[in-house]
Amino acid sequence: MGLPTLKWSKAEIAFWLVPIAAFFLFPHYLTLGSQILIAGLFALSLDLILGYARIISLGHAAFFGLGAYTAGLLARHGYGEPLSGLVLAAAIAAAAGWITSFLIVRGQDLTRLMVTLGIGLMLYETANQASSITGGVDGLSGVEMKKIFGVFAFGLDGRTAYVYSLVVLFLVFNFARMLVRSPFGLSLKGIREGERRMPAIGASVRRKLVAVYTIGAGIAGIAGALLAQTTQFVGIDVFGFQRSAELMIMLVLGGTGYLYGGLVGAAVFMLLQDYLANLNPVYWQFWLGLALVLLVLFARGGLMGGALALRHRLMRGAT
Amino acid sequence: MTAIVSFIGVLFDGLAYGSLLFLISIGLSVTMGLMNFINLAHGAFAMLGGYVAVIAMSRLGIPFLPALAIAFVASGAVGALLERALYRRLYRATHLDQVLFTIGLTFMSIAVATWFFGPGQQPVRLPAFLTGQLHVLGLDLGAYRLFLIATVLVLTLALTFLVERTRFGARVRASVDNQHASVGLGINVERVFSITFALGSALAGLGGGLGIDVLGLDPTFPLKYMVYFLLVVAVGGAGTIRGPLFAALLLGVLDVAGKYYVPQIGAFVIYAAMVALLLAFPAGLAGRRS
Repeated sequence: MGLPTLKWSKAEIAFWLVPIAAFFLFPHYLTLGSQILIAGLFALSLDLILGYARIISLGHAAFFGLGAYTAGLLARHGYGEPLSGLVLAAAIAAAAGWITSFLIVRGQDLTRLMVTLGIGLMLYETANQASSITGGVDGLSGVEMKKIFGVFAFGLDGRTAYVYSLVVLFLVFNFARMLVRSPFGLSLKGIREGERRMPAIGASVRRKLVAVYTIGAGIAGIAGALLAQTTQFVGIDVFGFQRSAELMIMLVLGGTGYLYGGLVGAAVFMLLQDYLANLNPVYWQFWLGLALVLLVLFARGGLMGGALALRHRLMRGAT
Repeated sequence: MTAIVSFIGVLFDGLAYGSLLFLISIGLSVTMGLMNFINLAHGAFAMLGGYVAVIAMSRLGIPFLPALAIAFVASGAVGALLERALYRRLYRATHLDQVLFTIGLTFMSIAVATWFFGPGQQPVRLPAFLTGQLHVLGLDLGAYRLFLIATVLVLTLALTFLVERTRFGARVRASVDNQHASVGLGINVERVFSITFALGSALAGLGGGLGIDVLGLDPTFPLKYMVYFLLVVAVGGAGTIRGPLFAALLLGVLDVAGKYYVPQIGAFVIYAAMVALLLAFPAGLAGRRS
């Protein structure tokens, strides 16, 4: 028994060809496409802490928002270089994640849920009150990005934004994939399956939860920064409860604990939202709620769980 | 002198506000204490009561107090129905499932309320004897807020009697303390829970109706006050009456005082207090069930 392999399977390679193909097939939908990629990255960050460490968070948007405002404010005040903005946003979100993680690891589910909720609401209120800096409810405009590597400008056609988001998503995904297949990732799985037994084999549960929460926060910050940079705008809703809740829905819809689940869920969610919310936003919220209820009652594994069960059944039928 | 008068005014408003929070949250405290169930949709029952009261008054011309009674019954009935049909399936589910499920219910309730009543605030016309001011010991106190505090006081005494002096109350206390032993003693824990869930929903509905004048009523109600209800339970402890009462009054006074004295940081006070309290008592003040 060694560590899980890092080789990419055929299914995984096929999966990553989809967004590349979409770039050429749907040139008029690239803006929606980059929104999906960013939402997928955000869902990936939650999967690390929810799917792998079983921490229920109702305020993950806090880190998304911190990343978005960091990148947005940097660019607003003349520092519009995208890549270093991304790195700084990740650093600030991760720092905030590290500090708050000590509150998170102490409690049980209910306490964690409320502390994360409280932190999200506090940041929302702060952004709301400090409107001279953040623009308040009107949002932060005047975000002007420089060209990536001094060559690729963010244009109206959304090509740069799409490719930029996809490359960042892939790099971060690769990092997360290595992480969960490393000894650290395996010990996270151990905590998920039996938190009380982990100390018996000499693993510090607390330190690992702090680490994974910090990493998850940092990745959420990158996702927020990507949104700010590609849309050149930061709305106060980046901190909203709705965003945290929808994020959770995307992840659960796709399936927790696979890494790919968040990406699949984000794509399905955003496409449905684009279609249904244009019909009527009130309907959309109703369908969203109904989907959640049905998901919990009847489809526990999400789309990834369903797909894997189907594949398992087909493979067994073939032999 | 004026500072003291205004302080008493803030205290009074805070107590009225806290009484309402207590009335709405007490059902949630039972749900969490008895079944260890995280119900984020509890505010939807309060909202339901509010809309039922508004409809009864404006469309059917029913007076204020009977309309509240109808709100109480309607929310209780819907609570009983939902408990039977849906909630019951999830008692043994993980907390994540419970959270997702009840967020789903919350979203649906918001959409349904918007669909029927529109996104705006609902007005309420209080009867003449509940409007205006009363002069008590040289202070001007709002008649409606006095009425609120008195109502909740009476209800709390009735609830305390129910829980501490009746056979049903003994079953509830036994079930909260140790579910397995209670089953062993022949207590039908599931039925105890159904009844308390319905009663909790009914009280929330009553609170929603009573609170239109203080808390407002619009479709986002369940989300807007979700934190407050959760906080009352988490701080006060699940499964008792005194704990949530104390927590709700404290919360009400803190919130009103924060908005009165430091309006520029507004709602921040309550969230900061919440994180601080949870930090000091990571398992909640109750901390009985882990």
